[in-house]
Amino acid sequence: MDLFALTAHQIMELIASGATSPVEVAAAVRARISAVNDRTNAFIRTYQESPVGASPMPIPIGIKDNICVKGRLVTCASRILKDFCPPYDAAVIEKIRAVGGVILGSLNMDEFAFGSSSETSAYGIVRNPWDLERVPGGSSGGSAAAVAAGEAVWALGSDTGGSIRQPASFCGVVGLKPTYGRVSRYGLIAFGSSLDQIGPITKDVTDCARLLNIIAGFDRRDSTSVDLPVPDYALSLRRDVKGLRIGIPKEYFIAGIQPEVQAAVMAAVAFFRKEGAIIKDISLPHTEYAVATYYIAATAEASSNLARFDGVEFGLRAVPEKSRKAGIVDMYEETRARGFGDEAKRRIMLGTYVLSAGYYDAYYLRALKARTLIKNDLDKAFVDCDIILSPTAPTTAFRIGEKASDPLAMYLSDIFTIPANLAGVPALSLPCGFDSAGLPIGLQLMAAPFAEEKIFSTAFAYEQAHGWHTKRARLDL
Amino acid sequence: MITNETVKYIASLSRLHIEEDRLPVFRAELESILQYIDQLAKLEVANVPPTSHVFQMENVFRDDVVAPSLTPAEAMSFAIDQHSGHYKVPKVIE
Amino acid sequence: MDFETVIGLEVHLQLNTATKIFCACRNDFGLPANTCVCPVCLGLPGTLPVLNRMVLRSGMKVGLALNCTINTFVKFDRKNYYYPDLPKGYQISQFDFPIAKKGFLDFITGGQEKRIGITRAHMEEDAGKLIHDDAVNATLVDYNRTGTPLIEIVSEPELRSAQEAYDYLSALKLTLQYLNVSDCDMEKGSLRCDANVSIRPKGEEKLGTRTELKNMNSFSAVKRAIEHEAERQARLVFSGGSVVQQTLLWNEEKSVTVPMRSKEQAHDYRYFPEPDLVPFTLTEAAIAAVRGELPELPFVRLRRMVAQYGIMDYDAIILVSDRAFADFFEAAALTGVDVKSLVNWMNGPLMKELKERRCRVTDLKLKPLDLAALVRRVNDGTISNLAAKDILADIVDSGKDVDLVIREQGLAQVSDEDELGKIVDDILKEHPQVVEQIRSGKANAAGFLVGQAMKRMQGKANPKILNEFIQRRVMHV
Repeated sequence: MDLFALTAHQIMELIASGATSPVEVAAAVRARISAVNDRTNAFIRTYQESPVGASPMPIPIGIKDNICVKGRLVTCASRILKDFCPPYDAAVIEKIRAVGGVILGSLNMDEFAFGSSSETSAYGIVRNPWDLERVPGGSSGGSAAAVAAGEAVWALGSDTGGSIRQPASFCGVVGLKPTYGRVSRYGLIAFGSSLDQIGPITKDVTDCARLLNIIAGFDRRDSTSVDLPVPDYALSLRRDVKGLRIGIPKEYFIAGIQPEVQAAVMAAVAFFRKEGAIIKDISLPHTEYAVATYYIAATAEASSNLARFDGVEFGLRAVPEKSRKAGIVDMYEETRARGFGDEAKRRIMLGTYVLSAGYYDAYYLRALKARTLIKNDLDKAFVDCDIILSPTAPTTAFRIGEKASDPLAMYLSDIFTIPANLAGVPALSLPCGFDSAGLPIGLQLMAAPFAEEKIFSTAFAYEQAHGWHTKRARLDL
Repeated sequence: MITNETVKYIASLSRLHIEEDRLPVFRAELESILQYIDQLAKLEVANVPPTSHVFQMENVFRDDVVAPSLTPAEAMSFAIDQHSGHYKVPKVIE
Repeated sequence: MDFETVIGLEVHLQLNTATKIFCACRNDFGLPANTCVCPVCLGLPGTLPVLNRMVLRSGMKVGLALNCTINTFVKFDRKNYYYPDLPKGYQISQFDFPIAKKGFLDFITGGQEKRIGITRAHMEEDAGKLIHDDAVNATLVDYNRTGTPLIEIVSEPELRSAQEAYDYLSALKLTLQYLNVSDCDMEKGSLRCDANVSIRPKGEEKLGTRTELKNMNSFSAVKRAIEHEAERQARLVFSGGSVVQQTLLWNEEKSVTVPMRSKEQAHDYRYFPEPDLVPFTLTEAAIAAVRGELPELPFVRLRRMVAQYGIMDYDAIILVSDRAFADFFEAAALTGVDVKSLVNWMNGPLMKELKERRCRVTDLKLKPLDLAALVRRVNDGTISNLAAKDILADIVDSGKDVDLVIREQGLAQVSDEDELGKIVDDILKEHPQVVEQIRSGKANAAGFLVGQAMKRMQGKANPKILNEFIQRRVMHV
């Protein structure tokens, strides 16, 4: 088997046995990038870093382009971050470096993580390795596509409303949004600060647990980082689900869901029942409000978070061509008009609107209250359930351009992933089959805050019994 | 619901220059999103507390201890324009 | 029509913490531009704020000193606006749950006590400095000041004259100095004041339209600017015009207020809770602990000292005008020395020495016990007032023992009657006609003889004793 196609734990075994070396692994992955990246467009740029001798985890990793790596360009796939090299590493990068991880390069994404298809990047659209005419999902589409295509052994993404899980689902890989506060956000260029989490995108559940172990932990630089010990997640990789209480929310099985997706997920439910899990029908009554709540809360925060891209200190600066005596306001408006794409502009304006005088109570404050109700739904559900099981997305990967002209339709594709962000709970997507077009289907597992171990043990039991994760995208056209 | 003037006002608050011919496009898109969002009006929220932070964390501090700042070279390494150790921008008062 | 001026003041106080409010950069000024900056205070993407513990503590102290209620739930909010001195495009400030609210400040104005309400005090970060450089036709930005911790103290619109505003500011500054939380130096910008000014017909309840005055660099400038603005508004109303709500800049050179030229956007700051900082809860015990650490505040101390020492208001005001100065007085008074003499020596000669040296009493080598000893030596007749002033000038810098200096320099007054007798007899012999004058009833002619005797004794005689001695001899010889 090709080295680039292996998981991190397989590679570590080969290195331990002397069958290969970190240098050989890095070379194999780089060769794969050279061979296929013009098809996926997963990487925006790559670096030639060499593995450091005798390090604990010298695995080549791809980094979403909204995570700061000292001295390397970071752009959020936007024109506005022209030539910006941060003079600091994100907390997760420090942790990756500490175990000898080899940073391959920066992964494509929706501009500023605004999107569910990776079509809004200033560096071109990302293509799904399973079908190059289809989107890889988003916003971490580059991360999921790279892992699915063997261009990275594993990768980091960020998830504000499903941006790790939905692309993982579309690309047939494993993606986890950790509990809010489990992973430091220091060095992650913020979208919705109260929702954002960095998380792993990997080829299987074992790698996912291992990568989370590397990046998780308390960080004094992030006030929302939680000071709880990080368990050894590898220990939770057991197959036993006997007595596990799994909730099936009726609101997640709705009209509009692709029948093959529903069938695959129901088959997974049948599997768990057979293995001795207790299946419960539950209700999360405020689910229908999640998308509206999210688009208010997230865009409000985003409109403020993106105010710093103003052409003053760093990044792009533009002045209107016609006026020679441009003042500061002209510079601001021209810089931001040219630097941001349309989706970013829409979200900045929406967020500005919901916070503006006269609308704050009707929109923003109301959304924060709706957020309480949605969170209460989940908190209540986790009293009686260990896991909430659902599809990750209503459909498999859609065609490039299919939803690009209808922002609202695009937003609605995040309906199953958004509640986990609003409630801060951990949620993972793992492959659970393929549709008739050969496209991967994703199964989402949510758990109570800091119960990632339950997610891993459940996901591992399913994965080991099915083997979907061993299927690899062929990358042909 | 929202007019081109509203879009203009929001764009100016957001410091975004929008060409006149693009205003109707943004207006229509924002309107359809706002219409969707308006479903929240149905929710009874009078006695519901808002959630701005998802977990009840509090009192996270830093001790008042100095750590090194950036070197002047680092501080200017990403500057778009600079002059004698300052970031340089177009004149603020015309 | 008689008008009444209504004034509310907003005071910004820079705290003297070691580091900035949200990052570990030194909180210092006067350093070369942009040498005291880090990714956090520069607002670089991906960075996050963490609150300096001391800022909250100082905020509590200020609130308690101003008799405010300390909120037990405190949070930060973002105030969104674009300006090149604000790197993030928002200022982290406090909106609806400030550290302190509803207090008051007592002070003396026009010989009477006055109480002014304090609306609130909140914590926020300072902005950078802009330099408008015509030579390069651009604005230059220095971010050293960005992130300096500020407490904004907002008064109720209860001040009724420029002089009252001046006296309020003086009292506020003194109170803040007692807390030792700031330099309180308006020239250096560590204390800044904006004034909201309106006028209304006497007896009218409703507030008039107010203007906001900025750019005053001293208390007297605040006073002059308010006087000017109140007159301007009155003239405007008398001539049939009406006041427009606007921000005006005080031009110190021309002594006029001018409207701000920059295109003022309608203020729509879109405040919302800062997602990057968690809220703070303060227990009653924690508040009580800080209250217990507060020093006796100047107004309270003034009242006590007048009562305890039987000194004049006027003298007490000078004593409490510097906490260390009042401490010095009370330490010296503890020795039992005559308090009235001590006050005179403190507020007279010692104050003169301090002014000459432009220093505080704690900068001197002189200790309270030394001053008490000096006063005692004057009062017991050992040294003359004149000699004592010379001794003081010496020991403020040298810190030498008073009696040692008297001995070393031979400054003790001669009281020995044998020695005096010899000298006086000589003088009487030399000036028989003066002796005759005295005998014929011109008692004050003795002053000449005293002067002659003093001259011969190089000032070491006790003039009182000398005078009595001469009178006796003239009459009885």
